[in-house]
Amino acid sequence: MSLLRVENLTKEFGGVRAVADLSFAIDRGRIHSIIGPNGAGKTTLFNLITGVYTPTAGRISLDGHDITALPTAARAARGIQRTFQNLQIFFNMTAIENVMVGRHLHLDTRFLPSLLSLPAIRRANRSAAERATELMRFVGLDSWLDADADAMPYGALKRLEIARALAAEPSLLLLDEPAAGLNPKETADIDALIQKIAASGTTVVLVEHDMKLVMGVSDHILVLDYGQRLAEGTAEEVRSNPEVVRAYLGQAAPGVG
Amino acid sequence: MKRLPLGTGGLLALAAIVVFLPFVLPNNFYFDVAVKTGLNAIVCIGLNLLIGYAGQISLGHAGFFALGAYSSAILTARYGWPAPLAMLTGAVGVGLIAFVVARPILRLKGHYLAMATLGLGIIVAIVINREIALTGGPDGMTVPAFSIGGWRAVGAQTWYWIVGGALLLAVWLSLNLIDSGVGRALRALHGSEVAAATAGVDIPRYKTLVFVVSAVFASLAGSLFAHADRFLTPVEAGFLRSIEFVTMVVLGGMASTFGGVVGAAILTVLPQLLAGFHDYKHLAFGAIMIGVMIFMPKGLVPSLAMLLRRRPRAGAGP
Repeated sequence: MSLLRVENLTKEFGGVRAVADLSFAIDRGRIHSIIGPNGAGKTTLFNLITGVYTPTAGRISLDGHDITALPTAARAARGIQRTFQNLQIFFNMTAIENVMVGRHLHLDTRFLPSLLSLPAIRRANRSAAERATELMRFVGLDSWLDADADAMPYGALKRLEIARALAAEPSLLLLDEPAAGLNPKETADIDALIQKIAASGTTVVLVEHDMKLVMGVSDHILVLDYGQRLAEGTAEEVRSNPEVVRAYLGQAAPGVG
Repeated sequence: MKRLPLGTGGLLALAAIVVFLPFVLPNNFYFDVAVKTGLNAIVCIGLNLLIGYAGQISLGHAGFFALGAYSSAILTARYGWPAPLAMLTGAVGVGLIAFVVARPILRLKGHYLAMATLGLGIIVAIVINREIALTGGPDGMTVPAFSIGGWRAVGAQTWYWIVGGALLLAVWLSLNLIDSGVGRALRALHGSEVAAATAGVDIPRYKTLVFVVSAVFASLAGSLFAHADRFLTPVEAGFLRSIEFVTMVVLGGMASTFGGVVGAAILTVLPQLLAGFHDYKHLAFGAIMIGVMIFMPKGLVPSLAMLLRRRPRAGAGP
C-alpha cells in the first residue's frame, strides 16, 4: 500500500486553480521528487499535504487513513514532517531548542508536572536535548550546538530545519527546496544528507529546482505543470519525456524548430 | 540546559533581596510600596508568559486582576466566605472566563487581538462600575482582612512576607514552565506558528493554556491586593492599569521572567517615591515605552544580559 495517496485534489485561490484535480501516490521508503516550472503548484501541494491549506476538493490519505480534515498538528502526530522554502525558524530560541521543539510529540507535556518541574519533566528535557544534539550532528551542525538561531548563516538554518523535522521521527518527510540558495559544495552535502535520511527508512519527498540534485537522488519523479500531473516516472523516463521538455524550455515557435 | 543555572541564580538573588530588603525599609509606607511592587510583578510574570514568550498581546489584564480582587472582596464581605476559598473561587472563575474567551479572541492577531483584549478589560470595568449593590460602584468597597482560622493577616509587614513568598513561587513556576516542553512550544508558536504546528504543537490549545495561566496569575495577585489594601475601587480594572502592566513587561524585558519583575519594580516604586511625579505617571509611562522601543526593544533585563555576555541571544533569556 502507498504511504501517501492524493486523489482528485484541487485548490483554488479566487479563480486560480493552483492544484487541479491532481492524483498520485507516494510509495514507502524511497526518494521522490516533485518538479515543475515556477507556479506549477508544488509548494501549494506541500501546504495541502501538511494541512496549512484546506483543499477545495479531493482527498489525501496517509497509510490508508483519510487525513484531509485533520489540522497540521494532528498530521504531524501521524508522521508527516516538512521543511519550508522560506525558512520558518524559531529565531527567538537557540539552535538546539529549535530541534527540541521538533521532539514535541514525543515529550511529556502535561501542564502541572511542567509547572512544578517534576522529575519526569526534567528527564524528558534531558533526553530531548540529547536527541537534539545527535540530530544536529547527523545533519552536520556540530559547530552550531551552542548557537542562537538568529546568529546562524542561511545554509546552516536549512539543515537546522531538517534536524527539527527529523526530531519528530517522521514516516514522511517533505523537503521544500532544500538546496535553494546553496553553493555547489553545500548542495552536494544536502544530496548526501537526503540519501542518508532515506537510507534510515524515512520516505522523502523533495521539491527542488536543482535538476542535477533531483535527477541524481530521486527514485521517482512527479512533474507538475499548472497544478496538474504532466509526467511521472524514473529520472530517465522524465528526462526523455517531450511534454516535460516543452514545459521547461517552452514550445518552439512554429517555423523555427 | 545552560539557562537553568542562570534562572536558579536569579531566583536565589531575588530570594536574597526579599529576605534582606526589610532591613533597609524605614517604615510601613515602604513596606506597602514593596507589597504593591510584588503584586504587580506577579501579574507581569503571568503577562510575560503570554506577551513575551508566546507572543500574544493583552491590553485587558487589569480586568482579570480586578475580577480576582472583587471576587475575594465580594465573597468575603457580602457572603462571609473564608478568604482562601474566595481567592481560589475567584481564580477558578477567572480561569474559566479566560478559557471561554480565549478561543475566539486568540484566533486574532496583532492589532485585532489588542482591540479584543482591550474590549474585554473595558467590559469588566463597566460591570464593576455599574453593579453598585455588589461592588459599591465608583465609590469602591472595603474588604475584610485575610484570615485563616483565628489568624488575621494585617499590616504592611505581614503582607510583605506573604507577597514576597508568592512572588518567589510565581517566579519559580514561570521558570519551570519556560524550561519544559510546554514552554518551548509556547516560544515556538511565537517564533513561527506554521512551524510550531508542523512540529505537532496544537496551536489553539497552547494559546488558550497560556492565556488562562496569565489570567489566573493576575486573578491571584488581585485577590491578595484586595486583602492587603482592604479597599478596592474600579480604577483597578481600568484600561490604564492594563497599559501599566504591559509597560512594565516591555520595559523590564519581554520573554524574561526577571524582566517582568524588574519592570514592575521600577514602574511601581518610581511614582511612589517621586513626589509630584504621580500626576504625570501615565505621561511618563508613555515616554518610557517610546524610549525603550527605540533604544532597547528587547527590554532592560535581556539588553543588560546581552551586554554582560557580549554574545547576542534572542529574547529567550530566563
